[in-house]
Amino acid sequence: MTVGFLIASAFLASAVEFVEALTIVLAAGLTRGWRSSLAGLGAATVALAAIVAALGPALTLVPIDALRLVVGALLLAFGLQWLRKAILRASGYKALHDEGEIFAREQAEARAAAGELRAGLDWYGFTLSFKGVLLEGLEVAFIVITFGSAQGSIGLAALGAGIALVLVAAVGVYVRGPLTRVPENTLKFAVGVMLTTFGIFWSAEGAGAHWPGDEASLPAVLAFVVLLSAAAVASLRRRRLAFA
Amino acid sequence: MRRLGRFWWDFVVGDDWRAAVGVAVAIGATAGLAAAGVNSWWLLPLAVAAVLWLSLARASR
Repeated sequence: MTVGFLIASAFLASAVEFVEALTIVLAAGLTRGWRSSLAGLGAATVALAAIVAALGPALTLVPIDALRLVVGALLLAFGLQWLRKAILRASGYKALHDEGEIFAREQAEARAAAGELRAGLDWYGFTLSFKGVLLEGLEVAFIVITFGSAQGSIGLAALGAGIALVLVAAVGVYVRGPLTRVPENTLKFAVGVMLTTFGIFWSAEGAGAHWPGDEASLPAVLAFVVLLSAAAVASLRRRRLAFA
Repeated sequence: MRRLGRFWWDFVVGDDWRAAVGVAVAIGATAGLAAAGVNSWWLLPLAVAAVLWLSLARASR
């Protein structure tokens, strides 16, 4: 059960970030040239691999309870942010994330920027792609390292992220455009729920509490977070309609 | 360095620092109760519910 949760959580969280990174790489590639955009993508991928390779093994040396406490606290703070935004979007208090709109804006900015050649590359296209992939990729790296190390299997978390990468890249090459049909807001809701669930579970364990039934209580924590989120969406929707 | 700090702050703490503080206090209370011999697994789910509701109430005002 936990293995499935772990892979699914890493897959969903990574897929969301890869969709955002793909939008930026496409915008840079189509407006400033593919050579610079793909060079930026490659350089960011190497930087991310170095970060994961350096931090991953180092974290396995930390005692598991201390690791779960820190990782749980980080995931909980991080997960609550996602959940909060997803609930505000679902209830109409925040604009929905629109990859098509972001793509158009990135393209307009990329077209307007001045051209500058460095090392034979269009520097704007390279840095736009590099920064976009690095920042989105850092979130993926954070999730893979924290999920994997707290559960004692960075490989399984990396597997989930790897499947997401291949899938998003394949669909991106196929459609040659931003993935506007991906239900990104629904995915973000699911990711917020999973991050919060793991955050609650691990930080309580790391703080010295023991869950009834140990890992068997994870589905109950998940159900609690889902019900809590659904109730929040329903309550905020009612409130918005009442004030409309 | 400042930009890196800003990135991590936005990444972990985000828009509502009070929610992050609430989470930290709840984890501290769980650890305190556990050290006193109370199995306080129930505290964090309740605290998360309270922190989330308060944060949403502020954001939707």
